[in-house]
Amino acid sequence: MDWITIISTTVKSAIGVETVLYALAAIGINIHFGYTGLLNFGQAAFMGVAGYGLAVTVTVLGLPFWVGIGVGLAAAVLLALLLGAPTLRLRADYLAIVTIAAAEIVRLVFRSVQFRDVFGGSDGQRGFSDGFYALNPFPEGEYGIGWFSFNHRLLWIMLVGWVLVALSCGIVYLLMRSPWGRVLKAIREDEDAVRSLGKNVFSYKMQSLILGGVIGSLGGFIYGLAYASVQPDVFGTETTFFAYTIVILGGAARVLGPVVGSMIFWVLLVLVNGVLSEAVQAGYIPFMTSIQVGPVRYILVGLGLILLLIFRPQGIFGDKREIAFDVR
Amino acid sequence: MSAKTSSAETSAETTMSDRKAAALAAFKDLARDPGVPKPDPILVVDGVTRRFGGLTAVEVAHVEIQRGSITALIGPNGAGKTTFFNQLTGFDTADAGKWTFNGQSMSGVPAHRVARAGMVRTFQLTKALSRLTVLENMRLGAQQQRGENFWRALVPSAWRAQEDAITEQAEELLARFKLDAKREDFAGSLSGGQRKLLEMARALMVKPELVMLDEPMAGVNPALTQSLLGHVKDLRDQGMTVLFVEHDMDMVRDISDWVIVMAQGAIIAEGPPDTIMSDARVIDAYLGAHHDAPLSESELEEQLHQAEAALEAEIEEETQK
Ligand SMILES: Nc1ncnc2c1ncn2[C@@H]1O[C@H](COP(=O)(O)OP(=O)(O)OP(=O)(O)O)[C@@H](O)[C@H]1O
Ligand SMILES: [Mg+2]
Repeated sequence: MDWITIISTTVKSAIGVETVLYALAAIGINIHFGYTGLLNFGQAAFMGVAGYGLAVTVTVLGLPFWVGIGVGLAAAVLLALLLGAPTLRLRADYLAIVTIAAAEIVRLVFRSVQFRDVFGGSDGQRGFSDGFYALNPFPEGEYGIGWFSFNHRLLWIMLVGWVLVALSCGIVYLLMRSPWGRVLKAIREDEDAVRSLGKNVFSYKMQSLILGGVIGSLGGFIYGLAYASVQPDVFGTETTFFAYTIVILGGAARVLGPVVGSMIFWVLLVLVNGVLSEAVQAGYIPFMTSIQVGPVRYILVGLGLILLLIFRPQGIFGDKREIAFDVR
Repeated sequence: MSAKTSSAETSAETTMSDRKAAALAAFKDLARDPGVPKPDPILVVDGVTRRFGGLTAVEVAHVEIQRGSITALIGPNGAGKTTFFNQLTGFDTADAGKWTFNGQSMSGVPAHRVARAGMVRTFQLTKALSRLTVLENMRLGAQQQRGENFWRALVPSAWRAQEDAITEQAEELLARFKLDAKREDFAGSLSGGQRKLLEMARALMVKPELVMLDEPMAGVNPALTQSLLGHVKDLRDQGMTVLFVEHDMDMVRDISDWVIVMAQGAIIAEGPPDTIMSDARVIDAYLGAHHDAPLSESELEEQLHQAEAALEAEIEEETQK
């Protein structure tokens, strides 16, 4: 078995593009679910509208990169307003239903044959990332030591990604120690109590939905720029569920929970994948084919998550004391 | 008010506060009719109706709450007291009706604006914010916080000073409510009675003019009840108006200046606390219209005590199992 490959891909995945973009999506979910108690199951749609906003603005409309970023962010805010306006006054479960449906609608529109000229159908869009890589300060080449190295393009997107993660965490840290964050946490506990104390609960929920959606949408930009393309099926429901998994893994309502959760999630996936595929190729697991490795790694990671929830329900960073009370 | 009651009052409370005297004076000579006009009402309610399907839970023709007084709202279970509170405070939408608070119309105003206007309620089923500390629960109650604005929240220096002032207020109230030792504990770890105390203290952080308490003493032990009663009296002495729902008549008699009786959604009688329970309409409401003979006040009390004793025995049996 090629342990060098297994170890190198695993270590690199701890800080890789996937980790970054899922960390951003999960930081958003943490604001929604962890702090405010909002069940937004449409995080993938926020990432999707951002990625496609950028792609369509640059490739179809021929406008510059920065305009694309602006369009993507505006699309995320608009999506939050559209989703929140009819549902945030209703019970929590309505938001869950509406967001999961809306995310599918968004994906199917991107995929549709009618809008092929705009969104590119199931192939998606490509060729919109030149503006971003033109800003790359690293000259062409490989950076790092031995197998722990990245090319200049990867290094640039990872740098930008981690800066965004750090900024997002800083904002969450500041907000959640402020009276604004206190209102959010109070809404998670009991909306009516918060209303009775003179706070406009609807407005705070909307602000939370927008903030978490916008931070999640940064993950959509990172995806589009790292792979220099967007496809509709990347922004499917499982992307959202991965983000939830990551939040719970790291510990909900913890500033760094989503970041550490994302690192662990991807390290585990890549490690299990690497070991299994090498073992199958070497013939150690005769009853498995290499095609089965993909699904099996998810089964194993899911099993690990179940064990985690049983033995450490508060997640890695969570506070055991908080689990002692009923969430509702 | 009869000479007998005022002498009873003074003997019970050697130093009757000015506010109490003022409140009692306001109720002197008032008729005992439901909806009787008060000299200086803070809350005026007209024709509030709430139906749940075929059931009319609330149908209040007219009622006024005197400013600066402690008014008790009593009535049998299911009379509509909580539902009435919900209508007035914007937590539920009335099918019909108008009401004004300080002369300002409050019908259809959302709950948070009602609270901001100075009309703050607590809940029958206590709503402690479990995974916030006791101190954070208290701070949340303060109004017009600069740090509750998204952009200013990002700049701690913009709200630190105000937060310190709020914390100081909160600490004072917590000390008054004997919760200061629990300040850093999660509210979810408090006992039922302590939660009642916290909820009341938190409501006071809003600096309300009218405090509406839905069964503030339910489930609170007798010693704590005494201190809660003291706090409620304090509220009046600080110039607030209190409207509270309570089933225990001893307590109602102890602290209220005026009693409003609700049954089957409507206000059926009003009057001073020491005579209200002998009102025929009230006895009818509590015991049903077909009881044998009108009961005297002492007989009624006897019955209530018997029922209470029976209930206590039952509870004891239950806990010994
Ligand atoms: N959401 C609701 N849906 C249907 N019926 C309701 C609802 N809320 C209250 N009711 C009904 O309205 C009536 C009044 O209820 P309410 O809770 O106001 O009584 P209450 O006077 O507060 O009683 P208690 O002293 O037991 O607290 C009851 O008959 C109750 O069944
Ligand atoms: Mg009630």
